[in-house]
Amino acid sequence: MNEKENEPKLWLDRHELQRIFDVLIDDGYEIVGPTVEQGAIIYDRISSADDLPKGIRDQQEPGKYRLEAAGDEYCFSFAVGPHSWKKYLTPPIMPLLRVKQKNSELEIEEVIQKPQKFAFLGVRGCELAAILIQDRLWLDPAHSDPVYRQRRESSLILAVNCTTPAATCFCSSMQTGPACRSGYDVALTELKAGFVIAVGTSSGAALVKRLPLRPATQAEMDEAKQSLAHAEAKITKQMPQVDEHSKLLKKLKHPHWQSVAERCLSCANCTMVCPTCFCHSVDDVSDLNNGDITRVRRWDSCFNLDFSHASGTPIRDTTASRYRQWLTHKLASWIDQFGSSGCVGCGRCITWCPVGIDLTQEVATLLEEPVDVGE
Amino acid sequence: MWENSQSKERSRSIWLPRVVVVDSIEPEVDGVATYSLRAKSEDKDSTQFAPGQFNMLYIPGCGEVAISISGSSHDGTLMRHTIRHVGRVTNAIANLQPGSELGLRGPYGTAWPLAECMEKDVVLVAGGLGLAPLRPVIEAIVSERHRFHKVNLFIGARSPELLLFAKEYEAWTQADINVQVTVDRDPQELGYHTGVVPLLIDRWQPRDPQKLVAIVCGPEVMMDYSARSLQNKGLKGESIYLSLERNMQCAVGVCGHCQLGPDFICKNGPVLKYDRVKHYFAVRDL
Repeated sequence: MNEKENEPKLWLDRHELQRIFDVLIDDGYEIVGPTVEQGAIIYDRISSADDLPKGIRDQQEPGKYRLEAAGDEYCFSFAVGPHSWKKYLTPPIMPLLRVKQKNSELEIEEVIQKPQKFAFLGVRGCELAAILIQDRLWLDPAHSDPVYRQRRESSLILAVNCTTPAATCFCSSMQTGPACRSGYDVALTELKAGFVIAVGTSSGAALVKRLPLRPATQAEMDEAKQSLAHAEAKITKQMPQVDEHSKLLKKLKHPHWQSVAERCLSCANCTMVCPTCFCHSVDDVSDLNNGDITRVRRWDSCFNLDFSHASGTPIRDTTASRYRQWLTHKLASWIDQFGSSGCVGCGRCITWCPVGIDLTQEVATLLEEPVDVGE
Repeated sequence: MWENSQSKERSRSIWLPRVVVVDSIEPEVDGVATYSLRAKSEDKDSTQFAPGQFNMLYIPGCGEVAISISGSSHDGTLMRHTIRHVGRVTNAIANLQPGSELGLRGPYGTAWPLAECMEKDVVLVAGGLGLAPLRPVIEAIVSERHRFHKVNLFIGARSPELLLFAKEYEAWTQADINVQVTVDRDPQELGYHTGVVPLLIDRWQPRDPQKLVAIVCGPEVMMDYSARSLQNKGLKGESIYLSLERNMQCAVGVCGHCQLGPDFICKNGPVLKYDRVKHYFAVRDL
């Protein structure tokens, strides 16, 4: 549960929600938060409380995502959508280098990105965990990414405790939610009349000082606690509680990989929506006018045939082998590489899989087999 | 000189190459040439590497490719890269001339265990172009020959005209390295031993397998079978070192392309102990 559960909290009346936006804009933050676009709740630049998905609910199932209007005042009554914050911390397409060739002389220089000061509003517990997982990769001093570091260090995180998990969520079994655990500047819990606010950092404390807050009453704090308890009870999906690390890696030759492959389209949706998947490629893009070249980083996916190759031949030329790579990396070898699972239980890969493949079920099936297959 | 010179401190993008210049180009076997590269600036560290490490070579408009370092000049100002012109970037490299500029990042990755080889017998096993990353080891052994005991070098190629660095075998033999060669086919009956490299291992009698280090480089199948033959001779998997090939992109373990099980081949490899990878070889398409 929330480590700051029993600390005193603050209260913001619902009609004062716009004040958060006003203060953040005043402080020069670019606010990114949930908003409705093309039938989904995405994370985009927003400037007012009116941009939030007020009164909108989401329906999520394997391979299904729908919005519906509840007609109430709640602004955060939905689970996570197709976007995650990695879109802003590691943009899907980002120029890295510019290369000029002048009379056979080669000039290569870095593209310096304009510093960004983001306020991320509506970050859920599972997403805080995902950001902390990505930190281990992108902030490693041996190869830290200057753009990620700048954005991460300057951004303010306004988290929201998740009181409306979807049917695809399994954060509680990954110990990441539904309550926000750590990594936020402030964390909001939305109730009918307003928001219970917990402060996580000094930046968060500086922000709340400028808001029209009063101490939350015991009744308000109890209600917030209760709605989180309800949320936790609503989450029925679970990742099998096993030592996935050693057990999954003993199933590399299991016939079930092939049965998943008969459904999997190898479309890479799961890796694009995953908040921790970090794989990327860098390619040259030439300017046809002057011959200058830009080296551009793009998100890539282990589901693409040419993702891994040796001597000109793809390493994983079957869907089964690519699904196996993704799942065993996410749940097992990630632990060797970064000290934790790469899965936070957000359920995006289940919802956004066009054929509704549910990794929790596939893991359960793989582990059911009593004999070890292919150590 | 053989220290890993990869910089620990970095404030710039990991993707930023430095500019290097083609000093000379030496044709090798058909479709293969060795490119000696020198630093463009006066940066003295920029040509230091450890045998087994690789560089990322960058051709503008084409992209980058991981190439193992196949040697250096005596004064240490040149790094050699032996390249088969087979892909998009390596075919563009074929268009370079002495004086041409290209980008280079590196050196990256783990090195051959030279320190572990000292005061021991050493067996080097190379298949095809796999001899290229072994040449800096051979050069290091030759330059300090007294620090290594019995040294065997087993070289395999598809046919006699594809034997890489063939004109150097005599000098290596002169330096008391037992060079043995095998080819898959000897159509002109030039008298070569025919058969795959592991056969050379099978018919060899090591003195003391417990005081022996094996260094193996070639196609993955060849390395697997060579390592098995070495184990049959009594070597432990932890004393057998292989160099793995994957499409390294970032070269520092962040882009994800070259993963094999828990390892990023670019960062945890390319040189890895057979013990660590042998059970992955047994799984198809891993």
